[in-house]
Amino acid sequence: MKPVDQVRNSLGFLEDPTHEHAFDTLIWGLRERRDAAAREVPEWEDLRTLASRIKEHTLSHLADYLEQFEQRATANGARVHWARDAHEHNQIVYDILAAHGAKTLVKSKSMLTEECEMRPFMERRGITVTETDLGERIQQLDHQPPSHIVGPAFQKTTKDIAEEFHRVYGSDPDRADAVYLAHVMREHTRPLILAADAGMTGANFAVAETGAVVTVTNEGNADLSGNVPTLRICSVGIEKVIPGLAELAVFVRLLTRSATGERITQYTSHFAGPRVGAEMHVVLVDNGRSQRLADERFWPSLKCIRCAACMNTCPVYRRSGGLSYGATYMGPIGLITMPSADVRRYRELPFSSTINGSCSNVCPVQIDIHEQIYAWREVMDDTGGFSATKKAAMKLAGALLSHPGAFRAAAEAGGTALRVLPHFAVYNRLNAWGRHRDVPEAPKETFHQWYARNRGKDGHDGRS
Amino acid sequence: MDAREDILTAIRDHGPAPRELSRVPDFHRDGGDLADLFTAALARLDGQAIPPPAAGLRQWLAATFPDATRICSAVPEVTGTITPDQFPDWAAPADVDVTVVRTPLGVAETGSILLTEKELGVNTIAVLAQHLVVLLDPADIVADVHLAYRHPSFRQAAYAVLLSGPSGSADIGGVTVHPAQGVTTLTAVLAPAPLQAPAPDRHPDERSTP
Amino acid sequence: MIPCYIDMFYPEVGVATLELLEKLGVEVDYPFDQTCCGQPMANSGAHKEAKATEELFIRNFARYDHIVAPSGSCVHHLRNKFTAAGDTPERGHVSAHVHDLPEFLCDVLQVEEFPWAEFPHQVTLHVSCSALRGLYEQAMSERPNDPWFSKPKSLLEKVKGLTLADFDRPDECCGFGGTFAVTDEAVSAAMGNDKLERLGATGARYVVSGDMSCLMHLQGCAHRDRDDFHFLHLAQVLNGGAG
Repeated sequence: MKPVDQVRNSLGFLEDPTHEHAFDTLIWGLRERRDAAAREVPEWEDLRTLASRIKEHTLSHLADYLEQFEQRATANGARVHWARDAHEHNQIVYDILAAHGAKTLVKSKSMLTEECEMRPFMERRGITVTETDLGERIQQLDHQPPSHIVGPAFQKTTKDIAEEFHRVYGSDPDRADAVYLAHVMREHTRPLILAADAGMTGANFAVAETGAVVTVTNEGNADLSGNVPTLRICSVGIEKVIPGLAELAVFVRLLTRSATGERITQYTSHFAGPRVGAEMHVVLVDNGRSQRLADERFWPSLKCIRCAACMNTCPVYRRSGGLSYGATYMGPIGLITMPSADVRRYRELPFSSTINGSCSNVCPVQIDIHEQIYAWREVMDDTGGFSATKKAAMKLAGALLSHPGAFRAAAEAGGTALRVLPHFAVYNRLNAWGRHRDVPEAPKETFHQWYARNRGKDGHDGRS
Repeated sequence: MDAREDILTAIRDHGPAPRELSRVPDFHRDGGDLADLFTAALARLDGQAIPPPAAGLRQWLAATFPDATRICSAVPEVTGTITPDQFPDWAAPADVDVTVVRTPLGVAETGSILLTEKELGVNTIAVLAQHLVVLLDPADIVADVHLAYRHPSFRQAAYAVLLSGPSGSADIGGVTVHPAQGVTTLTAVLAPAPLQAPAPDRHPDERSTP
Repeated sequence: MIPCYIDMFYPEVGVATLELLEKLGVEVDYPFDQTCCGQPMANSGAHKEAKATEELFIRNFARYDHIVAPSGSCVHHLRNKFTAAGDTPERGHVSAHVHDLPEFLCDVLQVEEFPWAEFPHQVTLHVSCSALRGLYEQAMSERPNDPWFSKPKSLLEKVKGLTLADFDRPDECCGFGGTFAVTDEAVSAAMGNDKLERLGATGARYVVSGDMSCLMHLQGCAHRDRDDFHFLHLAQVLNGGAG
């Protein structure tokens, strides 16, 4: 299968200046609000360190905490299931629905279910799945995946959404007004929620101490999906488990501030068990997480709490659009997690970065994202991910740069000096540099030549 | 082996070296009136906190929600048109205009109030109603989220929600709108429990027998 | 140490660096057989291809107390990532004794004045991501509670007549990123043009940086659309004669 060509995808996005500018402005705004929120909390850096340590502790005792969670949740009356991969997850969910004759499912946002491609699986089997998160629903109706993990429809302008709702709901295409459009969505989705056979949520956290699953939403749609129907399913990635309530407080304080700059979301909901007369099922999902946990270099990526702060600060993401990555997780966190899932398909992703390091600074759980991106590049080389051209160019550059005489000769050869650097040798594309930029001119003499002329090769100046 | 065993074995066999759990320190901050801080924080997400209305809660409700015909009250201070135990199912509160409920906990840092099935009876009255009014005793406000999670409800309740504002979304062009799928307004009335009232007010629609 | 691309394209920056250090009374050697720090290959993941170059670097520089380079990105590589060659005491010595020019001037020499320099212009200072988040030469905007400081800025403030202008998104990456500049050239140029717009919005037309690689990229973007920017390395301003 061809690898995702994120570069080509981002070209398409960049060609439309309206969308690119709106997206970059919107997403950078989230970064600025995050900064303002952090400024208000004097202990912000201590919280980050604490959150990182809590996650590292938990991941290093993950089996114990999962068992504790299962025991508590079961004691609370929930049924706990385990799924090794996406297919098992989808099958388990389907079996639960089928056992109850459930045909309609409403759900709140869950990146895990996106990972598992749950919706098409259900739809092929006659189950109607309705996303209740506004952004997810907008994307669902447009047959597009999310473009951002917190605001799935951020890549669309309000005008785009007005046009989409006109196509789908017959609303006024010229009213590009968020209040009106949210109202249209509410009118159409509320009846579906009220009539649904089953409800599904994801989980931001799973608290081992109490057996509770925690969801964080602005809309309250997890509270609707989890409380209106009597059959409720919750999909939880195994890395979401945390020890207890004291630790939960740390993450709740960090999550929303990192994501949007607010101190908390409107609905922070804790589901510990089913209500009387209802059923609650929790599906614990591996889907590559245990494999990642075994990787000495890349297991810290499992600390991720899905805040999207890394995406918001990433200058490449903001100018590429989230859909360009062709992946469930985009931006910096996507660059270090997607290759674990499919190293062939995502072998180019670690190069969609300038390794500037801003992402690592904003990550609330201190994942060293930019260093992991750098490490993945070496993996790509080791696993044969480089093209023959790239390999050859690297070899040539390495040979030239390790032989002083050859280097000086090439550098002094005027215009071809550029070819010494792999930047230009690799892709033989001076025209690539030059498509949007001017090419640097080669000067009259190199520094080596100046030094030899003015100071002599052994450091003395021209005088004897 | 079944999935559970496979997963637990995979995790136990290969994983990072054990690390200690760090204790969460006390980040307690001094100063500031908790009710004032709570009010300011709740306003950030477009909720509002008000002192007990001088004219009484019933009058205030009638004046604030003049078109409301279905009022669900879960508190003794207010007699509404329906109580939670009267709903046939949990989708039924969709018709409710205003829900009135008391919360056992406010959080000054975030402007949050806690609700569980104990206060709600039917959980959906807090999210399906158009408007939510919450009675909060200022003495029940704690300073921050760390203190909030010490509340026993988090260990006892099947459902516990920290509500910090009316339902909203910024998914369309990054502009925050209310409501999304939940309540349109959230008002906290900073009233000690129980609210001092001469007698339980009657709803205007409940006429005394002539 | 004079980076390979300065050797090839901007020898005047190398000259300014050498002259500046000599003016400050430093005894400076330039090992003639030096070439490159290995970063171009290593950043692309080609660590095996970087090995010989890094070994050459160690042979050239291991004997010195201080290794100074006018390049944040090279020094970041040498200090924090220099792992293609074998783990030897010499390699450790190099990593522990390499300095970017602003670090050397502020921390080692503790220079208080540059009496020979005058620069009566408004300047915007671009601190490269390597110098910022790799070498901690300036407070980072992602950490708003950290006390403010800036080594390069404190040096420029000592230059007679020079005024510094603040700009929006003060430490967003300029878009160079090494091979990224050609592999993702459209995004790279978009980032560069955005940066120029923000620099230009201050009214200042002199852009100064401790990293010529960023300036090479910005210069390339600028010359496409506008000729009114001037790009100078910090060494050139501090050495005098650049205004």
